[in-house]
Amino acid sequence: MSVKNRAEEIRKISGVDPYRCMKCGKCSASCPSFNEMDIKPHQFVSYVLRDDIESLVQSKSLWKCLSCFACVERCPRDVKPGKLIDAARQLVEREKGGNYLTADEIPSLLDPELPQQLLVSAFRRYRR
Amino acid sequence: MKYSYYPGCTLKNKAKDLDAYARVSARALGFELEEIEDWQCCGGVYPLGSDEIATKLSSVRALNAAKEKGQDLITVCSACHHVLKRVNDDMKNVEDIQTRANNYMKLDTPYKGEAEVLHFLEVLRDRVGFDKVKEKVVNPLKGKKIGAYYGCLLLRPGKILQFDDPENPKIMEDLIRALGGEPVIYPYRNECCGGYISLKEKEMSRNMCDKILESAEGFGADMLITACPLCMYNLKKSTENGTPIYYFTELLAEALGVKEEVTEA
Repeated sequence: MSVKNRAEEIRKISGVDPYRCMKCGKCSASCPSFNEMDIKPHQFVSYVLRDDIESLVQSKSLWKCLSCFACVERCPRDVKPGKLIDAARQLVEREKGGNYLTADEIPSLLDPELPQQLLVSAFRRYRR
Repeated sequence: MKYSYYPGCTLKNKAKDLDAYARVSARALGFELEEIEDWQCCGGVYPLGSDEIATKLSSVRALNAAKEKGQDLITVCSACHHVLKRVNDDMKNVEDIQTRANNYMKLDTPYKGEAEVLHFLEVLRDRVGFDKVKEKVVNPLKGKKIGAYYGCLLLRPGKILQFDDPENPKIMEDLIRALGGEPVIYPYRNECCGGYISLKEKEMSRNMCDKILESAEGFGADMLITACPLCMYNLKKSTENGTPIYYFTELLAEALGVKEEVTEA
């Protein structure tokens, strides 16, 4: 996929209009994973605007986002950075070999109290 | 009053007590939960991609089952509540998803978001009424200082879930008051516990839960309540010998005097 197409794809999957962003930074201020992210939520929007999708799909942030929707709730311009992060994650996972979690890993991650909800949630966010 | 009931995967396994205490409490309060037939797991998290259809169909089937019975659809799990409400919003308001999901489902009558999804807490607040709950309390939770932990999935995005004020909720505090306890309001009650990150990065959710507990304990809570099995799991890792955490349905059943009716929790 060309760079332009991938940028287009992210906008399509997310349904987000990054031009609405006014760079207030509230998303990054609200993000509980801020310290763990190499590209911060407000920067995600700028990368999409610059069509720098290569940096986004390589970013650690894709796997640090908790889908807690704090950024989505608090964005005064309804840009929803969390949806952009998910769309970039989708771009990675929809390509062959892009899964972040494999079934083989599961047995070593289990403990007796672990709820089914955790497994299904992780499977849905981390792989196709 | 009868409601369609969607228990969800975890309430049939690791969170059986969340389910069992809800059922006995509902009976004590005069309403009935009729489990819908052949429900499938909601997937735990809402599929965010606007082109995701297949991953939303299990929710659509549950929603349509409730519609056909002419009942509201009740859930107790925060995650199921989140997913079902958001998919229902898509089916009502997003034409593309509505069309494509219905093309796949081939129902006699297309589903267009007619069912209403309610969390068990909303039933207590909006249908039963906390004043009525209070009248039925036989063992008030006197002297108990209880912190409500909301987390993310009950509250956000507020515009779609319309559960409570996402920044300053009070539904669980009102429940605690109705049950005779003393609610403790603390700043971290709607911060994330880490959610699914605890599968691969236990340290990250551990740090987040430590902060939540420190916040609650600092404001004087001697116990927390939650509606989410994953929050319960994550929080418990931070409280191995400390503050107990209960499902809200357990304290409800206790206050209503029906806790003993649950035998295998």
